[in-house]
Formats: sequence, C-alpha cells, structure tokens
Amino acid sequence: MEIAWRHDTDKALADAKANGKPVLLDFSAAPM
Amino acid sequence: MWPDFRVAALVDKHFIPARVHVKEQADDYRRYAERYGASWTPTTLLIDPAGLERHRIEGFLPADEFLAQLHLGLGHLAFEAHRFDDAESHFEEVLRRFPDSDAAPEAQYWTGVAKYKASGDPKELGATVRALESSYGGSVWAKKASVWKR
Repeated sequence: MEIAWRHDTDKALADAKANGKPVLLDFSAAPM
Repeated sequence: MWPDFRVAALVDKHFIPARVHVKEQADDYRRYAERYGASWTPTTLLIDPAGLERHRIEGFLPADEFLAQLHLGLGHLAFEAHRFDDAESHFEEVLRRFPDSDAAPEAQYWTGVAKYKASGDPKELGATVRALESSYGGSVWAKKASVWKR
C-alpha cells in the first residue's frame, strides 16, 4: 500500500473544507 | 518515502494527503511555505478542514515515531474541534502502542487535558501529574503539568 499523494494542494484544501477531513501536507525534497 | 504499510494505512484512513516538492513545484512550495512558515524539509503539517495547522512534524522520523506523531496530531485535531473523547482515544493510542516514543509524554499530558475538558473534573489533572511523574518524570511535559499538583 502506498500513499496516494495529491499534488494540487489548492484542490486538496478545498476538498478538505468540503468534506470535513483534515489534510496531511508534506513538504518534500525527495526524488519524485 | 514512508514505505511502512502502517503509515500509509493511517494516512489513507484519516487524511487527504498532499505533497509539495521543493524543486519540482517551486512556485507552490514558495506559496505554501510562506503561508505555513515551513522553511525546511521534510516538514509535515496536519491541517484541519478550515485550513489551520494543528500539528507539525519537522525532520525525518523512523516509522514508529512518525506513527506516534500522527496519532498525537489526530488528537490535537480532535481536541481543537472540541471532540474531547475522540482526542483522548488518539492520545491514549500513543501511550498504548508507542509508550517509549518521544511523543508519549506529550500524549500523556493531553490525555489528561482532554479528560478534564470532557468531564470538568479537576481530579483528572491531578491524576495526569502523577502519571507523568511516574512514567516520564524528566520530560518537559511533567514540568508543565507540575502546576496542577495539589
């Protein structure tokens, strides 16, 4: 199982607001 | 990153996971790093549905420590939403599964606060002082709780 990262953070935050679910926001420098 | 199944399962269950890459998404990184005051990687923020940061994890952590931090953060998210029973269960999960983690003394402290907020009974704070002194006596959280000693 892998984390299904989303890369559109604006949309992720908007979805969080709409669905009442928190966001785990990760700032990374690891190779993509 | 985070190949640990337990981390992925917990993230999938509780969060919308979003990642901003410092170099590949430089504009987004600048914007969000400024918004949340994040100047180092890795930094992981737990953000409530209103967009407010409720917990921060800076730097790399091994899986067990990271899991403990996630449960601690879930506790803080619930606490700030005034879901004190839910907060207590997340804080106690840290104590039950990761009692030797660096997150545990903080979880012990907030377990007591969540119980007090739910019940209004100050005895919960006294019990928390004793639990902290017994299990995490040298921690900063034991010092913070020492003011509750009666």
